[in-house]
Amino acid sequence: MHEVAHTPAWVMLAYLFAGVCFILALRGLSSPESSRSGNRLGILGMVVAVGTTLAYYRPVTAVGGTDLVSDLDATLFAEILAAIAIGAVIGVVTARRIAMTAMPQLVAAFHSLVGLAAVCVGAAAYLNPAAFGIAEASGLIHPGSRVEMGLGVAIGAITFSGSVIAFLKLNGNMSGKPIMLPGRHVINLGTLAAILILIGYFVSDEAPWVFFTVMGLSFAIGFLLIIPIGGADMPVVVSMLNSYSGWAAAAMGFTLQNSAMIITGALVGSSGAILSYIMCRAMNRNFISVIAGGFGGGDAAA
Amino acid sequence: MDFITILSIFVLACFVGYFVVWSVTPALHTPLMSVTNAISSVIVVGALIAAAAAGSTGSKWLGLAAVVMASINIFGGFAVTARMLAMYKKKERR
Repeated sequence: MHEVAHTPAWVMLAYLFAGVCFILALRGLSSPESSRSGNRLGILGMVVAVGTTLAYYRPVTAVGGTDLVSDLDATLFAEILAAIAIGAVIGVVTARRIAMTAMPQLVAAFHSLVGLAAVCVGAAAYLNPAAFGIAEASGLIHPGSRVEMGLGVAIGAITFSGSVIAFLKLNGNMSGKPIMLPGRHVINLGTLAAILILIGYFVSDEAPWVFFTVMGLSFAIGFLLIIPIGGADMPVVVSMLNSYSGWAAAAMGFTLQNSAMIITGALVGSSGAILSYIMCRAMNRNFISVIAGGFGGGDAAA
Repeated sequence: MDFITILSIFVLACFVGYFVVWSVTPALHTPLMSVTNAISSVIVVGALIAAAAAGSTGSKWLGLAAVVMASINIFGGFAVTARMLAMYKKKERR
């Protein structure tokens, strides 16, 4: 068992509260009457999750510092707040300006950011395992954490490159026609197998080439998985990528032993998968053929 | 937390996610997708931890970059959902 420094009860409770808010948010969005309060509950949950994290994992100048004010690394704290502010401005301006007809591609673009953020967090944990409490006494990363980290980075990278393709197709920068590579199923399965084998190998050897090859192959497979899917099926794909971004967050949550990320990631992952299934059914499309890409590409009615 | 505790939390949360969206109205598919997207930016928690962690400059900047990306998603995601829901409400009134 790898043990991270004991998380205080109030942090766990705050994360639990955030998780409940997110559950109610998803539930609220299921019916028109409760949808707006659902959105507000989602915001509340996110405020609590971010606030708790900022308060507990605040940057400190001395390792092991406990004094709240004097040990605070004010510069770094300001940089973090600035990073949030930059994101807030970009996010709000984009959300205000975007045409309502461009919603699907906007959501796809947002997904790619979540995927890339997951990759960044995974890479940060890989570069600095001691700070995340996942290093063993020898300085090597705990084997269990390597699997979780590898999976998180892989899913994050797939989410990123897949969402970029979905965005390009929906936005018309790329033809909505399915691009069928010869032998694509063999290529895709081969790449997926290579990723899984490398993550397995990562347990015995945490060399950088393994980590970065997993990352590179995952970027490639995200691209390969989405190019054979036609433009009409893209909303389902965007929802599926949403689900992936949840799984990526959950995997990173396992790595960091963070209950907020695990609860929310699992919630988003499974509800996103169900939503894409529901959307497929509404469009009279076979779920498997959409996700596997291009099996039924010829008979797309839409 | 030991692995089994974490795994239990994970599996139960998966089931909650599975059951919570089954009854969604078709008109709400896109807003639901967009709110789910906003919620998936909980990755910001990991990004904040990475940014605040001492000991590696590379890891700090990766963390800060991830904070920016996740924040775009948080603010943009909830704002866009609110916009869609506002439109939906107007349609209902007519």
